[in-house]
Amino acid sequence: MSRIEQTVFAPLRTTGKSFWVLFTILAALTGWGVFAYIYQLSDGLGVTGLSRPVYWGIYLTNFVFFIGISHAGTLISAILRVTQANWRRSITRIAEAVTVFALCVGGLQILIDMGRPERALNVILYGRYQSPFLWDFTCISIYLFSSITYLYLPMLPDLARLRDKFDGAGWRKWLYTTLALGWKGNYEQHHRLEKAIAILAIAIIPIAVSVHTVVSWIFGMTLQPMWHSTILGPYFVVGAIFSGIATLFLAMALMRKVMHLEEWLTEKQFNYLGLLLLVMSVLWTYFTLSEYVTTFYGALADEMPVANAKIFGEFNWAFWTMVLFNGILPFVILIRRSGRTVMGTVIASIFIDIGMWLERFTIVAPSLTRPRLSQWAIYQPTWVEASITIGSLAMFALLFVVFFKLFPSLAIWEVEEGVEIEERRKLAEKIRLEDLRAASGVASGE
Amino acid sequence: MPRWTMAIDLDKCLGCQACTVACRMENNTPIAGPEQAAKGRAMLWNEVIPSSDGEYPNVTARYIPRPCMHCDDALCVKVCPVKATYRNEEGTVLVDYDRCIGCRFCTVACPYAARYFNWHEPYYPETLKAHLNPDVAIRPKGVVEKCTFCVHRLRKAREQAAAEGRVFQASDYVPACVETCTGRARYFGDLDDPASLVSQLLKSPRAFHLLEELGTHPKVFYLREG
Ligand code: SF4
Ligand code: SF4
Repeated sequence: MSRIEQTVFAPLRTTGKSFWVLFTILAALTGWGVFAYIYQLSDGLGVTGLSRPVYWGIYLTNFVFFIGISHAGTLISAILRVTQANWRRSITRIAEAVTVFALCVGGLQILIDMGRPERALNVILYGRYQSPFLWDFTCISIYLFSSITYLYLPMLPDLARLRDKFDGAGWRKWLYTTLALGWKGNYEQHHRLEKAIAILAIAIIPIAVSVHTVVSWIFGMTLQPMWHSTILGPYFVVGAIFSGIATLFLAMALMRKVMHLEEWLTEKQFNYLGLLLLVMSVLWTYFTLSEYVTTFYGALADEMPVANAKIFGEFNWAFWTMVLFNGILPFVILIRRSGRTVMGTVIASIFIDIGMWLERFTIVAPSLTRPRLSQWAIYQPTWVEASITIGSLAMFALLFVVFFKLFPSLAIWEVEEGVEIEERRKLAEKIRLEDLRAASGVASGE
Repeated sequence: MPRWTMAIDLDKCLGCQACTVACRMENNTPIAGPEQAAKGRAMLWNEVIPSSDGEYPNVTARYIPRPCMHCDDALCVKVCPVKATYRNEEGTVLVDYDRCIGCRFCTVACPYAARYFNWHEPYYPETLKAHLNPDVAIRPKGVVEKCTFCVHRLRKAREQAAAEGRVFQASDYVPACVETCTGRARYFGDLDDPASLVSQLLKSPRAFHLLEELGTHPKVFYLREG
């Protein structure tokens, strides 16, 4: 076994105590969320802080947040694949896993928010495409399906290796054998795989963009003040990629430490991806500025109460924290090369994830508290909403941890390929230099 | 085909809220109780909203009774993913309680905040239970409900006319709030009939719609204080 195989397969073979500690904590938190949900199910949505007219709150915030996170993965790794960025090779698997699990947990939020979840099937039976809800349902389903494929396909060669080299017996061996689909790794198979991945990588970019655009249109298509805005689509997509990369950083740093992947997840990756994060931060600031400047300048009677509630009113803590965490701090940290280290990016990412959750919150809730008719309302989430949110976060982490207990954390074959390409490039460069030297030698010899 | 419409004369409205009470009794609207009501969960299909213009001492106060507007271009109908909210052939916007998935997309989309959600199992005090209207279904937990223009009364009026062997007339049908209104401020009728009272009233210079600028084309209209 090569060194990379040894390192990557090690956590699959042996399970330390710390894994079980982490597993138990996450499972307990998830269980707490499930308990809160059962309570909500039996008593009704009245156990939340929702009311009329604040009909949507934390659950919709979580929905937008998690679906946003899902843009980390596939979109990033697809773009990097399409642009043939060589340094992507060791991070694609992690990114794609983040995507799949974020989508699962995100989609779940809608079910949690429903008054009659047992009727969810009505969406398929009686679904009508005039409703943005159906756009979301369709786009997210397609995205989930293609993300799973996109996670699975590049894993085939690695699964085959596990099938051949995994020494433990039992169901694990069986799992790898089944999932490897008889992969032999011959030229023909590789050729087809590369082709399939290339097509998927291109197709998945517009799908991902469509997903967060229609997520924003759930709000944008209504006439509610500050929701009914054309900027929402691109604003959401930018925010999604932004929070997605931040989450990817956290996942990467964690895996690097726990699974000893320092050799493959190097400072280089953190630096490059950090630059991307910096760009997204600036873009996000630009969109936020555009949104609020136009609102304030136009000063529509319906919109001003909402804008004021966000900036000066009861939501100002969320708003200003968001500005600080998304716009200012990441910029200050990431602008310098010395900030784009593992440590620096992780700190920035924690800020960004919190900031982006707050951003989603300040989009969802304030508009509803300032209706045109009827009294202004306040929204105070309850322990049930908080528990389900914590449970959802734990569930996301749990899925991620369990997945990487079973499957390799790096796309081994891709990394190896990358090394080979790198070596060939170096060789070519050497030959070129030698040729040059020879040529100049000839020239001076004359 | 009639197009049912309601007119409310703000000059005549006393703000007594008899319409709200009549609506509640007619439609079996559940009681939220003081604690839930404080959280903003009171169910008032027909809410009487106090509104005021200007600053002290030059203030004009008024009451605006707000049923569902039964918009011709209703946002609630547009956004409902499962066609649980629909506009029937006569232009009345209704909810199919058996199909609603409780996503509350309609409630956030309605600019009039005319829709209500069943946060809990519906509750009626003992004294009210004996007076539940058998013509109106009780809505279960987790679905959305709102003013129906007392559509069950329309059904009944049609059946009655048929039983008596006469042609159904628009005047056979009025919602409970219109029937009860203390100030006789409410009018109800068929907008497609140019001779009907509501059609005539709509021509009045006092006539206006709530949030007209949103383009929802409400079918409830108001007569401004003269
Ligand atoms: S007032 Fe609201 S609930 Fe009634 S039809 Fe119009 S949008 Fe729908
Ligand atoms: S809550 Fe019910 S009626 Fe309203 S949009 Fe959802 S499914 Fe339709």
